[in-house]
Amino acid sequence: MSLTVAPISRPGGVRRSELLLRARELSIVLALLIVFGFTTLKNHEFANAASIRQLLSGASLVALLAVGQTLVVVTRNVDLSVGSVLGLSAYLVGTLFRAHPNAPIALAFLVGIGVGVLIGAINGIITTVTRVPSLVVTLAMLYIVRGVDAEIVNAKQIDPTLIPHSFQVVGYEHIFGIPWLAIIVTVIVIAVGFYMRSFRAGRDLYAIGSNPDAATLAGVPSGRRVFTAFVVSGGLAGLGGALFLAQFATVNATGGSGYELNVVAAVVVGGVAIFGGSGTVFGAALGALLLNTINQALVAAKVSAFWNQAVAGALLLAAIAFDRWLSLRVERLESGRGERHVV
Amino acid sequence: MLSETTPPQTAASGAVQVPPTRRNPQTNESSWRGLLRWESALVVALAGALIYGHRTTNFWNATNFFYIGLNIGEIAIMALPLTLIVITGEIDLSVASMLGLSSTLLGYLYLHGWPIGFAIVAVLVVGAIGGALNGVLVTRLGLPSIAVTIGTLTLFRGLAEIILGAKSVGKFPATLTKIGVIPIPHTQIAYSVGCFVVLAIIYGVVLHAMPVGRSIFAIGLQPEAAHFSGIRVKRIKLMLYVLSGTVCSFAGVLWTMRFATSRYDAGTGLELNVVAIVLFGGISIFGGRGSIVGVVLATAVMACIQQALTLRNVDAQVRNIVTGVLLLISVVLPNIATGIHRLRERRRLRNRDRLAHRAPDLHQPTTTTTEGQRA
Repeated sequence: MSLTVAPISRPGGVRRSELLLRARELSIVLALLIVFGFTTLKNHEFANAASIRQLLSGASLVALLAVGQTLVVVTRNVDLSVGSVLGLSAYLVGTLFRAHPNAPIALAFLVGIGVGVLIGAINGIITTVTRVPSLVVTLAMLYIVRGVDAEIVNAKQIDPTLIPHSFQVVGYEHIFGIPWLAIIVTVIVIAVGFYMRSFRAGRDLYAIGSNPDAATLAGVPSGRRVFTAFVVSGGLAGLGGALFLAQFATVNATGGSGYELNVVAAVVVGGVAIFGGSGTVFGAALGALLLNTINQALVAAKVSAFWNQAVAGALLLAAIAFDRWLSLRVERLESGRGERHVV
Repeated sequence: MLSETTPPQTAASGAVQVPPTRRNPQTNESSWRGLLRWESALVVALAGALIYGHRTTNFWNATNFFYIGLNIGEIAIMALPLTLIVITGEIDLSVASMLGLSSTLLGYLYLHGWPIGFAIVAVLVVGAIGGALNGVLVTRLGLPSIAVTIGTLTLFRGLAEIILGAKSVGKFPATLTKIGVIPIPHTQIAYSVGCFVVLAIIYGVVLHAMPVGRSIFAIGLQPEAAHFSGIRVKRIKLMLYVLSGTVCSFAGVLWTMRFATSRYDAGTGLELNVVAIVLFGGISIFGGRGSIVGVVLATAVMACIQQALTLRNVDAQVRNIVTGVLLLISVVLPNIATGIHRLRERRRLRNRDRLAHRAPDLHQPTTTTTEGQRA
């Protein structure tokens, strides 16, 4: 069924592919350092603390969403609704503050996460129960959630004056020189990364993505795991919405639109295979950081901002081509002979 | 996610215990029946949309129908080549960015003194090159099309941004920009709709009545089998991407004429509308199934509903709900139907199995066997 067979049965193969995975993340770090180094040479301001903080907090939201997206993509699915979920959650959290200016901050985050979990659960149920491809389901949810958002927003917007100061602190203040946003996202990345690496349920996600039928036959509760992946992705997008509001203190009906493609781009650049079965959340988060760093580097190097998108697109293509080359090499190394598949 | 698994096969994991009498759910016959059902559902939906429109003031007049066509023209045109690509089991998300790039390029070339005719030809050539880039990356390097075309989505839009920046170009020759906003003489049909109808007929004939069309279906159903039966899988996919790029840049030319201006952000986000129409038209995202008739009907339904909602002053963003719900219904309903069918079939087989297995225990082989056969 799956066309490119990854022989992972031999112990040597496991070690080697794990090594290459690590190399994948190292290569992103390397690319990050190169971009950072060259930009700093051209513009020394790029390396100062404020600029680095901006790099980190600018990448945080996409990195957070990329973590959830990784869980989903690893199971050979995709969640395109994250941008709309982020927008809706941000607005609803804002509405909470408008209605109750003294609402506790924890409640605000809970509302955000709750909205996301709810939509993620709908995505998950439809995908697993009706077996409709998730690309279609979440594309539909992208529209529906955005529409519901617009209906609720009704051409109004949340003003910064409505947002309590203590909530905004999370969005733009920093502690020991590190932005709160980056700390929160890093903790989540490490926690989810550890879970994916060392827990049975996490490994199940990879099994499902590598070969859904084999995973089911091996007793992996595929439906439940995929459902969970969608719930986590939705929940993190919802949390992203609350953080979006904390960061920008304002949101209207278009908040977060277009995020889905940035997130998928970060995940792909981060080395998560779009057909499932491999990749880590560390890679995805680093991918988000790399894309944001390149954007800001172009600004710092006084390259016209008009170049941003083209460079990001070219980089994305280069990243997937590199991935393909890498996996072909792994295949050749592991099969010994240079066997090729036909189609 | 797109091409490697198909839902019936995934679900057929239960088929391991099932005796060989089980019919393959993906035989030609059953998919053909499903197809017919989906198209009749679309006809009903179209009737529903027209009735809904009927209850809206100003719906039934010729000018309104002109605007219905005008508003969906470019999207509909881009949906045609995408239909073929999706049937082969791939996808192209870069369509709207190609529209934007060609609109931008047309403006730039015209601004720099190119005669408009040459500029249009140049734009179409660039469209073909962009499509070829997609095609080469997908077929020759074997990269997943969803990732490639998200990359070129960003790349093409980025190139458009580099070409024109924040500027916009207007002052196109009036003879051309008029084409964008007036109907074909003596009718109420927008020029873009005229182009769509002509293209749809060509695509329909190619897909459903020519050998290459059968090859396209064969590729979508089982790429390896298609390869071994002598179909040039890679070449056909490459050609389809080139075609898609060219047609999308043509849509970009029409777009420029309609708005009489070219900006780098023309048509941002339209790719999702185009994909939605294709899927709503009954094209399976896993490839191998669907028809041009379905896509044409889906276009008509979508256009009528959107226009009726516009006439009722429903906000553009809120109209998204309708797009989303239609899309969801279009994939969930058929899947639930096949799911129920499969469940019933499995229960029937399980009953027969149970009866057959019980036979030796009961020491009454003759009666139970007959019972089993009757069941």
